[in-house]
Amino acid sequence: MHEDHGISIWFFIGSLLVLYGLIIVIASLPALFSPAAAPHIVLAHLHAGVWWGALLLLLGIFYVILYWPASKREQKS
Amino acid sequence: MIQLCSGALAVLLASSSLISLGWADVLIIVIYFAMVLGIGYYLSRYTKTGDDFFLAGRKMTMWIAGLAFISANLGSLELMGWAASAYQYGILATHWYWIGAIPAMLFLAIVMMPFYYISRTHSVPGYLKLRFGEGARMLAAISFALMTILMSGVNMFSMALVMKVIIGWDINFSIWVSSITVLVYVVLGGLLSAMFNEVLQFVLIWAGALLVPIIGLMEVGGWKGMVARIHENFPHGDYTHLWSTLGHFKDNPMGIHWTGIVFGLGFIISFGYWTTDFLVVQRVLSAKDLRSAKMAPIIGSAFKMLVPFIVILPGLIGLAVMPGLVGQDQAAATGQPSYNEILPLMMARYLGPGLLGLGITALIAGFMSGMAGNITAFSTVWTYDIYKPIHFATTGKEVDDRHYVKMGRWATIVGIIVSIGTAYLVEHAASIMDYVQALFSFFIAPLFGTVILGMLWKRATAAGGFWGLLAGTLSSIGMWVWVRVDPRALSIIAGSPDAKAMAEDMYRALWSWLICVAVTVIVSLATRPKPEAELVGLVRGCTEIPSEGHLPLVKRPIFWAGVVFAAFLILQIIFW
Repeated sequence: MHEDHGISIWFFIGSLLVLYGLIIVIASLPALFSPAAAPHIVLAHLHAGVWWGALLLLLGIFYVILYWPASKREQKS
Repeated sequence: MIQLCSGALAVLLASSSLISLGWADVLIIVIYFAMVLGIGYYLSRYTKTGDDFFLAGRKMTMWIAGLAFISANLGSLELMGWAASAYQYGILATHWYWIGAIPAMLFLAIVMMPFYYISRTHSVPGYLKLRFGEGARMLAAISFALMTILMSGVNMFSMALVMKVIIGWDINFSIWVSSITVLVYVVLGGLLSAMFNEVLQFVLIWAGALLVPIIGLMEVGGWKGMVARIHENFPHGDYTHLWSTLGHFKDNPMGIHWTGIVFGLGFIISFGYWTTDFLVVQRVLSAKDLRSAKMAPIIGSAFKMLVPFIVILPGLIGLAVMPGLVGQDQAAATGQPSYNEILPLMMARYLGPGLLGLGITALIAGFMSGMAGNITAFSTVWTYDIYKPIHFATTGKEVDDRHYVKMGRWATIVGIIVSIGTAYLVEHAASIMDYVQALFSFFIAPLFGTVILGMLWKRATAAGGFWGLLAGTLSSIGMWVWVRVDPRALSIIAGSPDAKAMAEDMYRALWSWLICVAVTVIVSLATRPKPEAELVGLVRGCTEIPSEGHLPLVKRPIFWAGVVFAAFLILQIIFW
């Protein structure tokens, strides 16, 4: 990240992962509850979308909290 | 707003594509474009001086510089192309990621980076100016600027074609939307914006592509299950050994000998690309201090070593689960699926709603990071190595820094317009693509010969550097033309009648490097060298390299270079 000023790039990355994680989990949930809604893919029963989306979401939350701009300013002051 | 964009994008999706995208996939792509533009706008406030615009203020941490260094190289054509090569040639394609990258990246970090960094050059041609004078700089700068911008156009068209095949996007739409997006964020934030976005794109590439080999390995029963199925599908070929089939040109699907891989790829092509191609070196020059500049390529090399997991492995899994894919020409003639699309085919096989959008976003991100890399390198070389000396020679006046930042922004705009023009030119004359790719390869090997002699040999002179570079480049062009006129010449250049096309690049690079070095040495010995006082900061033996002896072991670049190199050796043994 840029050393002197500004929001860390990891905050942007964390935010994007949160959004992507949410979207992927929401899009994958119907197949979890209704086999008819399962996508036509190999190993669909693994519900990779749910756990991969959840993983991205958790990772995103971790980075957002760790590099939250306000908390960084407080640390400096 | 997002709904409007989603609607507009959805209209562009044709039914005759490999993949159909749902609402979640389109939303993910739209958010990606919004994010990269937002980052460019946000960073524009921090881009004031020439160093800010062209070298990101020389304030980057080792992690940002290292990830951007690797991301600028990880274009989507690289992802798609090497996955296809893995299907065609098997695990041999991994050589381009391991022996074809790791030793060179470590050499850049430990041996060459101190001279690039201490000389405070803005670019690789800039180093040649300091070491060999204006002639060598102009030769390298003009060839680099021209080739970079043409390559950018070729990549742009290739990517638009890929998007048309995979998701049915109109070619014009792909070219203009991606170009304008890259244009906006690079003009606003220069290298800083390009590098921040490259780090973002690097994360997205992994997030979008990593699931394919994971699910793929689950389907085939792990590595052993995959190897068994490949042997079952292709009983007469060996696709899963890295070195044991390289004893003779005939024994492997690539038609190459281990000498070509070790000396041609592992030494010349790899060292030429990773240590002198300004597209990647520029990212490292932006590091905040010498230790970070040395650590950045080491960090990059560690990640480079892992890339085969998301690129080569899907190709190998494809051999196990989708035998029967054919080459591009046969696919065009018969309508069968081509192995050139193996990566998107694997995505369509394993990725459901949302994940598919993330996978496509990974390809788009790869394309945009590669394009931004080309454009930022072009604008820097144009501004500092072509425009600045010509401006000074014609007016006799130095101008202030803001003038060059303005010129850099204009160079970015013009560079993208030329790239778009090249893309349309390629659309109407596909053979241009082959010529441009060949042109790029002409300069890399000789340039490495010139730079490495300049850094390590005090006796190398300005005349030696210029004539060596010229002779190496011309000999490379000469060999390329020779093989086109008389295909039998390949057996002479590669030293075997069994050599295939892939071997040509390796041996042509090797010969052109040897010619460059020989001419440089002979001309240097016949001409007067520079006084040693003028070589301080540029050449080994005349430059004091700051000691790292006071640092604890885990903070020393040489330690981490050793760790990465040991891991590299272990991987060679495991997959021998």
